[in-house]
Amino acid sequence: MNNELLTYTLRIADNSLILGQRMSEWCSKGPTLEEDIALSNISLDLFGQANGFYSYASQLDGNKSPDDLAFLRNEREFFNQQIVELENIDFGNTIVRNFLYDSYNFLFYSSLKNSKDDTLSALASKSLKEVKYHLRHSKNWLIRLGDGTEFSKEKVQKSLESIWQYTHDMFSMDEIDNKMYRLNIGVNNSNLKVEWDRIINETLIEAKLVRPKDGYNAKGGKNGMHTEHLGFLLAEMQFLQRAYPNAKW
Amino acid sequence: MQSGKIKEIWKLLDSVPDPEIPVISVVELGVVRNISFTNNAYQILITPTYSGCPAVKTFIDDIKSCLKTNKIFNFDIKIIYAPAWTTDWMSVETKEKLRKYGISPPSNKVVCPQCNSSNTVLVSEFGATACKSFHKCSECLEPFEHFKCI
Ligand SMILES: [Zn+2]
Repeated sequence: MNNELLTYTLRIADNSLILGQRMSEWCSKGPTLEEDIALSNISLDLFGQANGFYSYASQLDGNKSPDDLAFLRNEREFFNQQIVELENIDFGNTIVRNFLYDSYNFLFYSSLKNSKDDTLSALASKSLKEVKYHLRHSKNWLIRLGDGTEFSKEKVQKSLESIWQYTHDMFSMDEIDNKMYRLNIGVNNSNLKVEWDRIINETLIEAKLVRPKDGYNAKGGKNGMHTEHLGFLLAEMQFLQRAYPNAKW
Repeated sequence: MQSGKIKEIWKLLDSVPDPEIPVISVVELGVVRNISFTNNAYQILITPTYSGCPAVKTFIDDIKSCLKTNKIFNFDIKIIYAPAWTTDWMSVETKEKLRKYGISPPSNKVVCPQCNSSNTVLVSEFGATACKSFHKCSECLEPFEHFKCI
């Protein structure tokens, strides 16, 4: 059980860390000063959430520190969903990805806060308060960009089409998910789909965007299968600890 | 005897300022949750405002040095996550201190800290720190930060 709980916790931590790292790439490159600050703050929230889940994973593991877990694992040992590792590309693309993921993340934590595992439940309640703001931010921007100019609309519609294939895996259930759910520790992801569809459909109508058709299903992130983007992200994020082991500042 | 000492520690910590908003203390902010005495040490429970609040490490260091300066060495500081921090823990007096300092205090109705007008517009959901959003007053035209309600 402990091993499965560890993997389950790492999946949550990895989602937060990798998206947090992506958001940190916006620091000093935001389209406006306010957005620069917003995206950097979102990044900080995500790093904080990741730290909470890694601290718990570290306890369960008994051997590795939270920093070891973040900086000394390789690509195939990361269990985040592929959607969070996708490159930012441009502001509109980041907003689309974040909106699709934030909507899921909001529902995920809303459910995880009822976990029988006290630590997961506490971390979920805490994270949920912050993710509500993240969702409000990405949702409002998606509406502005979709219902904005011809140019902004075309750009976000294109991003929607290209990112859509990564959304299906958010609702998948594997053996570990099923076991955690049966023990009332984990979330039944497939149950989140109805509400997620509602949020997405409502917002897309308001943003005057078209919901893409379901097609290819890019999956496997939670089992360590990743896109080519994750390796580059880790190379940058882990460089210092790899080049100067145990470096501190 | 311990209960007197615990009261003293509460008082000491009430003199430790929030590193980012120095007009209120870490006790007023609500991050110090409990102080007790077990295993020959004072157990101090702290909860972060936001998960990623960069001030957490600073206020833990500040609490440590405050206690050590006052010759208290037998203490442990533990971070807890439940119940999650909420702005509801701030007293009316604390909110008034924030307003005087120029920060619109947490409330469902955003009010300009300069002229008390509620005729304001949101500039950004995220201000200079995670706990604040950024607004502009439509009456006196001053920009200001609002402590978000969470
Ligand atoms: Zn005013």
